[in-house]
This record gives sequence, C-alpha cells and structure tokens, in this order.
Amino acid sequence: MRYEAPRTLGDATGMLASCQGVARVLAGGTDLLVALRSGFVEPELVVDIKRIPGMAEIVAEDGGWRVGAAVPGAALGRHDGVCRAWPGVVEAVELIGSTQIQGRATMVGNLCNASPAADSVPAMMAAGALARIAGPDGKERDVPVGDVATGPGVTSLAPGELVASIFLPEAPARSGDAYLRLIPRTEMDIAVVGAAVSLTLDDGGCCAAAKVVLGAVGPRALVVEDGAAAIIGTTLDDDSLAALEAAASAAARPIDDKRGTVPYRRKVAGVLARRAARIAGTRAGENR
Amino acid sequence: MSLQHVTTTVNGDRAEFLCDTMETLLDALRDRLGLTGSKEGCASGDCGACSVMFDGRLVCACLVLAAEADGRKVETIEGMAGTGELHPLQTKFLELGALQCGVCTPGFLVAAKALLEENPDPDETEVRYWLAGNLCRCTGYDKIIRAVLETAADLRGQ
Amino acid sequence: MELEFTTRTTFDKVGTRPPRPDGTDKVTGRALYGADLAGADMLVGKVLRSPHAHARILAIDTSRARALPGVKAVVTRDDFPDIGPEGTVKGEVEENLWDVARNVMARDKALYEGHAVAAVAATSTAVARQALKLIDITWQVLPHVTDVDEAMRPGAPLVHEDMITAGMDPAPEEPSNIAEYTRIEMGDIEAGFAAADVVVEQTFRTEAAHQGYIEPHACVASASEDGVAELWCCTQGHFSVRDMCANILGMDLASLRVTSSEIGGGFGGKTTVFLEPVALLLSRQSGRPVKMTMSRDEVFRASGPTSSTSITARIGATRDGRITACDASFRYQGGAFAGSPVGYGAVCGMAPYDCPNVDLHCYDVVVNRPKAAAYRAPGAPMAAFAIESLLDEIACKLDIDPVELRLRNAVKEGASSVYGPTFGTIGFVECLEAARDHPSLEAAPGPNQARGIAAGFWPNYGGQTSVTVNVNNDGTVLVSLGTPDIGGSRASMCLMAAEELQIPYERVKAIIADTSALGHNDTTGGSRVTHSAGLATIAASRKVIDTMKRRAAAVWDIDVDAVVWDQGCVRPSGANAGDHEPLTFDAIAAMAPATGGPIAGHAEINAEGAGASFAVHVCDLEVDPETGRVTVLRYLAVQDAGKAIHPDYVEGQYQGGVAQGIGWALNEEYIYGSDGILQNPGFLDYRIPVASDLPMIDTVIVEVPNPGHPYGVRGVGETPIVPPLAAVANAVSRAIGQRMTETPMSPPRILAAIDQAP
Repeated sequence: MRYEAPRTLGDATGMLASCQGVARVLAGGTDLLVALRSGFVEPELVVDIKRIPGMAEIVAEDGGWRVGAAVPGAALGRHDGVCRAWPGVVEAVELIGSTQIQGRATMVGNLCNASPAADSVPAMMAAGALARIAGPDGKERDVPVGDVATGPGVTSLAPGELVASIFLPEAPARSGDAYLRLIPRTEMDIAVVGAAVSLTLDDGGCCAAAKVVLGAVGPRALVVEDGAAAIIGTTLDDDSLAALEAAASAAARPIDDKRGTVPYRRKVAGVLARRAARIAGTRAGENR
Repeated sequence: MSLQHVTTTVNGDRAEFLCDTMETLLDALRDRLGLTGSKEGCASGDCGACSVMFDGRLVCACLVLAAEADGRKVETIEGMAGTGELHPLQTKFLELGALQCGVCTPGFLVAAKALLEENPDPDETEVRYWLAGNLCRCTGYDKIIRAVLETAADLRGQ
Repeated sequence: MELEFTTRTTFDKVGTRPPRPDGTDKVTGRALYGADLAGADMLVGKVLRSPHAHARILAIDTSRARALPGVKAVVTRDDFPDIGPEGTVKGEVEENLWDVARNVMARDKALYEGHAVAAVAATSTAVARQALKLIDITWQVLPHVTDVDEAMRPGAPLVHEDMITAGMDPAPEEPSNIAEYTRIEMGDIEAGFAAADVVVEQTFRTEAAHQGYIEPHACVASASEDGVAELWCCTQGHFSVRDMCANILGMDLASLRVTSSEIGGGFGGKTTVFLEPVALLLSRQSGRPVKMTMSRDEVFRASGPTSSTSITARIGATRDGRITACDASFRYQGGAFAGSPVGYGAVCGMAPYDCPNVDLHCYDVVVNRPKAAAYRAPGAPMAAFAIESLLDEIACKLDIDPVELRLRNAVKEGASSVYGPTFGTIGFVECLEAARDHPSLEAAPGPNQARGIAAGFWPNYGGQTSVTVNVNNDGTVLVSLGTPDIGGSRASMCLMAAEELQIPYERVKAIIADTSALGHNDTTGGSRVTHSAGLATIAASRKVIDTMKRRAAAVWDIDVDAVVWDQGCVRPSGANAGDHEPLTFDAIAAMAPATGGPIAGHAEINAEGAGASFAVHVCDLEVDPETGRVTVLRYLAVQDAGKAIHPDYVEGQYQGGVAQGIGWALNEEYIYGSDGILQNPGFLDYRIPVASDLPMIDTVIVEVPNPGHPYGVRGVGETPIVPPLAAVANAVSRAIGQRMTETPMSPPRILAAIDQAP
C-alpha cells in the first residue's frame, strides 16, 4: 500500500485518478483504518488529504458555512457559527463515535463511507447541504448531499473525484433543526434508526417549510415528503405530529439485522421523527 | 516493500522510526518505539485503551496511520507524569482504587486529562459521556468517574 | 499444614484503603501485560481459523505457506502428539485435556467458526498474514447447530458423532448432543407442590455473554533445543497453563517455566489455554521466540464465552409466601465440548432459599460454538434469572414485598443446601435487612419507572495455594504469590502480612512468582484468592514470627517458650524469663545473618473453609415506552464480604459485577446467523456498558465473619454478577406490566413485550 499526503487538491485528485488499483481517500480515517485492519479493503493507494491547505477550515460563505473535508467533529462542535445555525447537524456529527473518534472523524468521511446508518447524512440533507466535489480535471461541482451515497458503501463519485467540502446554507429566520437516533446504549453504537427534521416557522408560529429525513431504514437516507407535508401549515400540534409519525413509519423501508427488526425500526422511525420535529420546532421558536 | 521513514515528536522528544504503510500509530508506538503503555484492546476505535493526544486532540492511536505522524506531536501515557511526580489524576486513581486490572487505565488517564484541560469543571454526566469511548470491564466506572470529578475539584482549588 | 486460629474481628491495618503496590506501574503505563513483552529475534505467530461452523477437514496443504520468504514455522493437527481421552487438568474447573488439545487445534473437524486449524510463525505480522492465505484446506461443510434447544432435538446435527449421554440409566443407545444429564433431588417434590397455594412456571432463555476483558489473549513462547521452554502469558493461572501445555505437548512439568504477565481482565475467561501450546510448538519448530496475540474478533470467535441457556422452572409457595417446592430443567450449551457450568447454575439458583422439596434436571449440551470457559460465577446468573424472576412473580401474585418474601425463605446457619453441605455462619438475612433499610429504597419510582430486587449466591472455593514470605535484613518483607492478581489481591496480601507481622503496610511488597519459584497454585478463580492465598500468607507470616521468636530466644539464651510476640516485637514472656529489652521486627531481621541466616516463612496448603457469599441487589430503572430503551437510574449492591480486607477493591468487585450483569441483562449477546457465523465479534456490536450507560453503583459491605478464615474473609468476586439479570428483569417487568423471560432485554425485545401487554 502506498501512502501519499499531497499538498494540493489537484495533486490529490491526480493521484486518485492515475491509480490503477483500489485507491482510498484518508480524512479522519475512523472508517478506513478499521476496514484496512480487518482486510475488508486492500488499497493500492491511500491519499491523506489533511495536509492540503484549507481542508481543515470552516469559512463563512453567502450567509452559510463551508466545512472542509478534513474538519473533525470536535472542531465542528466548537464552532459557534455552525452550532448556532445548524444545531441539528452539529448534534448529528457529534453523535458519531466517542470523544476519540470526534478527534478524527469528519462529516465528509461519514458521507462518503455511504453507510445507510450514517448519523450526519440525514441532518445534512434536512439542512439542504451541498457537497462540493473536486475532480481530476480541476473542475468542481456542487451536488445535494443526498445524491452522494447511492447505496450501502457505494457513492456517485467518479474515479479521481473526492468531496472537498460541505456547504451548509444560511439558516432562514425562525428555523430550527434536530437529529435524534436510537441506539441501545448511550454512546458507541451504530444508529438503529435516525431521524432529522429541519423546519421554518412563519410569523404566526405555523410551520412554513419542513424537511424530514430518516436514516438506517433504507439502503440510504430517506426523504419523507409525506412527513414534511403533515406538519407544513400546522402549529406542530399533537395531531399533526401524529400524522408525521405515521408518515415516517410508513415511509421506512427497514431490514432485519443484528441491530434491529423491521417492525421495531418502522415504529421507532415514526417516534423519533415526531420527537425531532418537536425539538426543531422549539428551536425555531427561539430563533428569531 | 520498502518502509516509510517517519520523524515525529513523542512526549516532547524527537522520535524517528521506519514503518510499513499499513502500520498504525499504535503499532509504531508499541513495536517501533517500545512505548507499550498504550494498549490494543480492539484495533477498531471502540475501546479507547490506546488513547493518545495527536497534535493536541484526543484520538485512538489504532485509528491513525503511523505515517500520518510525520511532523506531528504525539503525547502518550508515558509522558503524563512529571519528573519524579505523578499527575494529580494518576495520584487520585491510586488513592480511590479507580483501577482493577489496569489495562484500560492509561487510556482513561490520557482521556481524562484532555477533558480537564478543556473543561475544568465537568459534571458527572459530562465526565461519563467524555469517557464513553474508554471501556472498562472491571470497575463499573464508579470509582473512575469519582476520581476524575475529585481531581477536577482539587485542581480548581476546592 | 494445619493453621489453628480463632477468627479475629479487630484489626489495625486490614480494612484500610492504602494504595496498591502495583498501582504506580499501572497508572504510568509501565506495567507489562501479555502483549507488552518484546524479545530479540522474536517471530510473530498467527492462527488460521475455520470460516465454517462445522466442517470436516479433508486435507491441509501448507506447502505454499512454508515456501513464503520469512515464514519460519507452520503447525497443524499433525504436529500435536496424540493423548488419551482420560487426562484432566484443573483450571477454574477440571478440564479434559483431550478436549483442550482439540480446542486449541482442530483435528478431523472444525467444530465452530473460528476454530484454529493451522498456525504460522513469520518475521513480521504482514508476512504471517500473507502466509495464512497460502494455506490450502479442503473442507467438507457439515450441517451445524448453535441453539441449545435445537441441539437437544432428535435428528439435530451431531457435534460429536459418538457422544453418548453420560449420567443416564440406562445409557441411551443413540448418540446425541447431550453430553451429560444430572438430577439433583431433595424431599418430596409432589408433596411440595400439593402444599402450595400458588404455583408459577416459566421458560427463560439467556444468550451467551463474553467476559469482555479489555486485554486480548497474548503470549510469548521460547523453546530451547534441549526440550526446555519458557512461556510468558496473561492468565489467571500460570500453573494450570503449565500443566495443560506440558501434558498436551508431552513435556514434563519441570521443563516448562511459565511467567504470568500483568493480566488485563479475565473474569474466568483466562483460566484455560488457547494460543499457548501453539506458540510453544511454533517456537520449537522455528528455534526462535514466538509472540502471539489475539485480535478482538478472535477473542470473541475463539476464546471461551459463557453458555447460552434455556431453563424451565416451577416454584410453589403457600399463601403467606413460604416456598414449598421447586422443580426445574436447566439446559446449558458449553460450546463444542462437554463441560457447561449447568450443575453450578442448578444449585446456585435455589441455594439462598430454604426449600424442602427440590427436583432439578441438568443437561450439558454441545453445539457448534466456541468451547465455553468460566465466566464469573459460572452458570449461576442464568439460573438466578429464572428463579428470582419466578419469586418476583410470586411476590406480585401474593402482594408481598419482594425483600420480605425473600426474608421469609432465606437460608440461615444450619440449613441444608441443595448442593450438599449444611450452611455454616452465613449472612443472607443480614444482606436482606441491609437492603430493606437502605435509604435508596425510600425514593418512589416515577412514571415508567420500577424497582427490581434479586438475590444471588456463590459457594466460593479454597484450593491449593503456596506462598513464601521473605524477610529482608532491613526489615522489609516480600510476599511471593502464585495466584495472578486480577483486581488488587497483592494489596490485600500485603495488608494481611502487615497485620500479622505488625509492621507498616508500606514495608511489605508482593509479587506474582513464576511456576519455578513456588509450589503449585490453583488458578485465580472461584473467588478463592483473598481467602486461600490470604490463609497461606497468614500461615507463612506466622512461621516468620516463630522463627523470629526462636532467634530472639537464642540471642537471649532462653527457652523459646519464654518469649512472646507482641506488637511487632519479641519480648520475654515474664519476669522469670529475664530482663531483656524487646527486640523489634527490624532488629531481628538485621541480626538474621548472625543468628542463623535468612528468615522466611512459607505455606503450602489446600485451603478449606471458604465461606459462601450472598448478595441482594436493588435496581431502579426507567423504560421508554415508545422505544423500549432502558435507563438504569439507581443501583444498590449489598453483599456479605465476611471481612473486607481492602474495601476499595471489595466495592470494586461489587460494582464491576453489577456493570457486567447489567450489560448481559440489557444488551450483550452472541448473535449467530443462520450460517452459524458469529455476526458481532467486536465491541461495536457486542455492547458492553460504557460509562454513560450507568449510574453510580451504591454498595453496602455486610461483614458476617467466615469462621473458616482467621480474619473472617469470604470471597467476593463472583456473587455480584449473580443477581443483576434478575434484578433488571424484575424492574423492567414491573415497569411494563409484562414478565421478561429472555436476555438480552434489548429495546426491540422490550418494545415487542410492551406491544403484547394486555
């Protein structure tokens, strides 16, 4: 295995593109090193992007925030601006693993690992985040975060491409987001179900816009349009939240595995969506 | 297969080693530099027994490639005590019997020190969540949590 | 040797909490554990393991691996000598060597996924890994069975084609997976149930749990050309490691010296051998030291987890809550070889209760899983889960407080135990009363919250122990022990030696000596060390005192009967003995070279008189009714320690046992796919409790002295894991109004139970 730590994005994409065998990008490494040790992947090339200037930075852009691919969770969680704008995204990122994992793991890594149970992905999707993809030709393109993972462990990235940053847009006034997941313990587990809700209230306290996204109940994070529809135009009263819960449960497409059963995941998807909406609503109300 | 040359700083001292690119920082610390205080309990970041500071951040050394350490700063359990004097956390762990088999202890100490540097006044819940990535199978965590809370209070002069 | 004593109750040093002698090395990272030894010229050993749950090994071709540069040795079944089926060696329990030898390396069949089939030693980890891929095995995959109830059904795939159930009369003609049947009877079971006003019956199931020690198995073996070998390993019993390895490999015991490293947790799981004989063979073949370490997934797949069980139990009681009868069928799988702890389970479950009529059926079952090893109170937590759950059911039915119900039936001194002996002085009633009166029971559970109560018992053990106490000329003392210290026992031994010798604790140090330095020591297990090694340390210390008295008497030229040992000095016994200034411990130690040479005491004993230890646990928890998640709010562990030598480490045993029990109750389990492959061989999905999962764990140390020990000690290590499965289950059951009968009580299982509730 060859290890490279290029100093420019162009070098990184060039190395990835020219590699004949399996190549992997190393950001936080918290998924990659586990896969290496278990022999699950045996790459010919590993490209460490952490020495590329700017990769570990969070910068303001168009009222929102651009988060570099090498920003670890610990840094994101200490960034006041992002925490204020997108508390649900931050809480989702911070749920990824332990303090030690937070010292390394990145939002982009979580996205590109393409696990159906990735915690940050539903939250980013609910926030309307965009992934900036850098290619070997020096071109960059922005795609919705939800378009990056296409199935378990599979992404839409072409050979030589990598996700260089995530753009979190400006959070509208009177908006709030939240992410909840169910794990059997309090920490250190993979989500059995995850639910993210982002919503905006109008001046009268009615929900004017909403996004509901579920994790770990399908091959990739699942947008629940019916769930959003159930709460838009309401004051997030019990009946509309019950309708959201029913819509989320109905939309879930879970599987039975060692972490949970189909009926369990279906039911809890609804419960968490309802609870997350309530938190998001409270945050939106406080966010004038 | 040729080995990678790495120059790094470990516990304040310059250290050099040759390693295979597949080796982790934990492998290098233990097998190349003879620093066996960091333990391998899982090699997957789930147990925290290999906790070290890497450029000022708490990480699992098993989830860092050895090659990544080039030009970085690593702090391990071996560097925690001052010359001839234990760190207050080390003393408190001994005082309260906050260890049984002791194999998780280096990781807990490194992680707890990082916590107190960031938050000198954590409550019990904060300590428990900060240390959730450090598994202990002997103690039920009770005395460990108490030791961290008491050390924090001591350091604050209470 | 005979040690005469009356159990004392006042102490100077015992019962204090000084820092442990091995502590500083452990907080600084200096302490050397199994994987921490490095030697010049050392090779790396790795094991090839079966990918199949059950498969015949038709052929093994190692030629490609041997040809790989850097490979220095390859061993397979062909390298192990054939040994007879009769031999046994005592680890925590008596282990059949034929089984152990086949567990460390598969012979005709791989009996479980992860079973070792070959091993290599190479110049680096990378080369060793590569070599494993070059070993060609021709498999014939066989049907498998991993579930205990399925394994007992007629027509189930046979793990051993020739296994005829032992203990049945007449012996069955057909082979089966039932290795042994045992029946334990007392009184008249039918009359007992006839006298009952209320009868409860349930079937309970527990999934296998792993000890979950943080340190994986590791060893370094170095074999010489003259047939002598040295072994360094993390183990609870280096003497039994020596005996097992030597017998499996056809060595004599004097030719194998085993040193126990610091041990990073064992809980019963490090009482047998896995890598050690293989490493010795690899070293013998290569002529170089070989280090072997298990990865975490190997630990889960190929060490010795505990049994999964299926238990059907029935208990009858009178209207006023007196237990009249209990019958039960205990079905425990012990993995691929006979030897599940079903018998311990059966007797421990009902042991706390004075039940005149008992009929217990025990089935030791083999399946295609790794060979079970001891796990803290082997077999007892599962049985207590069944029995204590049924008692809770009776308490609910009769509307009797669960502590009160247990008080009405608690065994007292003189009661006959279901496992044979009559109870001596025991402290079960005292534990129940301490729990009843504890302030934490004053808090009333809130919505979705409930309190669960359960008791537990472990008989404890003594066993062979050899200790040497050496006095240095400066008056410091070195205690050499042969029982690996898994949780602070060196501190306890130093306290007992200091107490007996009446010298400061800081003047005593203790080490774990290797197998060539002491007589035989049984394994650290059965909660035996503080009792047995304590007895031997006290006996050896008394020999030191006897020698000191003789030395002083000789100096004073008086009869030894005319001197006494008093407050750390030898004094003349009275005016008649002459007017001599007392000689201190230090003074006599300094005079040793001139008065006859080194002063030492040693004791070689087969300790008896282990005192049983009872516990009562109280668990308060909350269930999220929408997700089935459990939050443990409060936990109280009350247990009789006889006498707590070092209370920190007694409390630590209680708290650690509780944490393991809570993990087992709520989340820990071996998950097998229909292919017989373990699906969760890692700490990610084998979910042991993390710090944020648990509250502080309150403890009460009850001290009802054990008359079998000079200081009243009872072993405390194992009892704390007995009650938690039931304490948690009783709390969950009361919180949701539905009896939980399976562990783990994971969120999906609890939510399903809530959905089924009427």
